Amino acid sequence: MSTAASFLTEEMRRQAIGQESEPRSLEVEKGAIIKFAEAIGDGNPLYVDEVAARASRFGGLIAPPTFLRSAVSARPDLPFDVPFERVLDGGSDWEYFEPVRPGDTITAVSRIDDINERTGSIGLMLIQTIVITYTNQFGQVVATQTNTSIRY
Amino acid sequence: MTAQIVWDDIDEGTEIGPVVRHPDSQQLVKYAGASGDYYQIHYDKDFAQGTGLEDIIIHGALKNAFLGSLVTDWMGPQGNLRRLSCQYRGMDIPGRPISARGLVTGKYEDDGDYLVDCEIWLENEQGQRTTPGRATVSLPKS
Repeated sequence: MSTAASFLTEEMRRQAIGQESEPRSLEVEKGAIIKFAEAIGDGNPLYVDEVAARASRFGGLIAPPTFLRSAVSARPDLPFDVPFERVLDGGSDWEYFEPVRPGDTITAVSRIDDINERTGSIGLMLIQTIVITYTNQFGQVVATQTNTSIRY
Repeated sequence: MTAQIVWDDIDEGTEIGPVVRHPDSQQLVKYAGASGDYYQIHYDKDFAQGTGLEDIIIHGALKNAFLGSLVTDWMGPQGNLRRLSCQYRGMDIPGRPISARGLVTGKYEDDGDYLVDCEIWLENEQGQRTTPGRATVSLPKS
């Protein structure tokens, strides 16, 4: 844990905001969707029952809303070293635009949207907001996910 | 599957859930495998305690998934989930029941879509909201 009173300068913030990760792609497999639905304890037929899903307005299986979490995106590099080793997940904010289906290739790119520091009960913390954009093979943005992480 | 709910029948204050979940260490291992999140604080008690935690803790993203299921089960097959957010305020430990619940906070029409905003959360046995969040869904009008 750092004991410094401050770490982040305005100049560093400007350098960090807008930094993007390299894109990473995931091929969505039917088995992976079913396994994910089972793991979260969700028996919704749209995720696990091919026959019922085929008869639905989607015409086939779709992935549960947080499935894209398994399309692990690369972390954008900060243009400076950070003296914090621990990371806490602060929360997540998803927006959905298109369903995700078996056979889709989803490409995830993450971008630093904001970075700030704060001093709390655990000392000096770096609070990063990262926006991950998930795009399918048709160039449609299927979802965005805004994540807050706390490094301390 | 329950009958499809419709926008006309929803009011501010309509309750969602509760759905009580009983996550155990086996579910956390399954989730680690299915999601690719192998951080040991979720299945290795010695490791977790070595980082200062009291026990292994439930993945934040699994709690996010519980809230997702709460909302998608409620909105039914004709509903569309537009937005789902949550904050990880408190840690939850497997072996203890957690309840997923929600409350409708508003309904409105936007460009031909019939939308409903909800406040959603997970609460522990003490009634503490460890994971508060929000959701927006579109529903069939009637």
